[in-house]
Amino acid sequence: MTDVAVQLRTTALNARHRAHKAKMVDFGGWDMPVEYGGLISEHMAVRTAVGLFDVSHMGDIQLRGPGSLAAVQRLLMNDASKLQVGQAHYSAMLYDNGTFVDDVVLHKLSDNDYLIVINAGTREKDVQWVRKTIGAMPGIHINDFSDYYTQLAIQGPKAEATLQKLTDTDLSGIKNYWFTWGKVCGLYNVMIARTGYTGEDGFEIYIPSDVPTSERVWNEVLEAGAEFGIVPCGLGARNTLRLESAMALYGHEISDTINVFEAGMGRYCKMDKGSEFVGMAALAEVQAAGGPKRKLVGLEMVERGIGRDGYKVCSLAGEQIGEITSGSPAPFLKKNIALAYVPVESSAVDTEVAVEIRGGLVKAKVVPLPFYKKPKKTVVS
Amino acid sequence: MAYPAGNKYTKTHEWLSVDGTTGSVGITDYAQESLGDIVFVELPKVGDKVEAGKLFGSVESVKAVSDLYSPVSGTVTEINEGLNAAPETINSDANETWIFKMELADAGELTSLDSLIDAAAYETFVSEETGH
Repeated sequence: MTDVAVQLRTTALNARHRAHKAKMVDFGGWDMPVEYGGLISEHMAVRTAVGLFDVSHMGDIQLRGPGSLAAVQRLLMNDASKLQVGQAHYSAMLYDNGTFVDDVVLHKLSDNDYLIVINAGTREKDVQWVRKTIGAMPGIHINDFSDYYTQLAIQGPKAEATLQKLTDTDLSGIKNYWFTWGKVCGLYNVMIARTGYTGEDGFEIYIPSDVPTSERVWNEVLEAGAEFGIVPCGLGARNTLRLESAMALYGHEISDTINVFEAGMGRYCKMDKGSEFVGMAALAEVQAAGGPKRKLVGLEMVERGIGRDGYKVCSLAGEQIGEITSGSPAPFLKKNIALAYVPVESSAVDTEVAVEIRGGLVKAKVVPLPFYKKPKKTVVS
Repeated sequence: MAYPAGNKYTKTHEWLSVDGTTGSVGITDYAQESLGDIVFVELPKVGDKVEAGKLFGSVESVKAVSDLYSPVSGTVTEINEGLNAAPETINSDANETWIFKMELADAGELTSLDSLIDAAAYETFVSEETGH
């Protein structure tokens, strides 16, 4: 038997990550940096200053043509008819049974042109799903542009000040979950979106994916942010930041065994949008049956111990009632937190539960979500 | 030198420093580096019997949990309670930060234990494990 080495995919910035001496990991088939100088300092930089992430492993599917709105409405659960040009929103692709193919951010590029940003680990599955589900609908072209972009996330309270040094576009005019095109680092027509996955203010920019351009922009962002204390951030901090903000991660809080209402995503699911989307009928049945039986909740450890992904959630008597989907120390909050599925009757805030940690029961309690909410901007008059 | 020559090492990345019949146990610089920011150390209790190759506690970083195995057998005489408040001390100086001390069950056993290796052998082991 010969071992066939699995070739990991790399982003255009792989050599930069290695030059920064990042710890690299296999993330869904991608060779990605998990941390550079320390996960906690990276996490804190994003909460208090600014951090730079290479998120080029994310995928990008473009739907174009006169039939694109109808196709998007069929494919995704949120109501895309509400989007204006230059606006984005959170949405999801569902299976017929109302569980998740993937969660996505939908961008309306123009009246007949949408960009769906999808997860790295589900890229091929997602592209296949899109082609299968809406490929035969009239008046659309589907393009997988995943490899065309290097996607950089500049996140933190100093993200705007950092990026503003590299563009003439007035960034203060871009509202949260809106985007525009502008010249960035001398590159014309770069998509600049006020989006992210950290619970902090910030931007995501989409630049050409060739290595020299990607490396140049990466370096220029780091130089521009130096005065604010910018650091490159890996997937480790990306995970703890999104967890503090209670944002879902595919394969954890959402998956093909969890439905929209269990995940608490009813507000992004528009049953009354006027056309049927995939998964809608099954979700209507869930509603008719009185709603989901289990619910995603936030847990905070009360006793010493860290609840982690996959650990059992138990009643205080020790009977298993659920499971943690993501659990970790929260570097900014300095608490041990977790997202978990529990029965609806155990989901009220302040309910005491126990987490089984290596055979022992450690007390935790249900807390409101999100764990962390970014401070409101101070209005300077 | 990342690994003090006077210490003995395990392939599970603990070090043992022996002074008479007292053994001090910590984790190696390689272990702390692999774990990243350490946020939690589960200590044994004074009086616990620990056994060579058996679990005595754990170290947790933000990302991961790592079980700790005692290099030798003995009885815990002292624990480093400072690690409850400042577990990151291990990141800043793994070689000097002992986790617990024990009265060795058999100080003479040390030389005959195949599972313990010296600093040079440990360094080779680690470089083979990481592939560089």
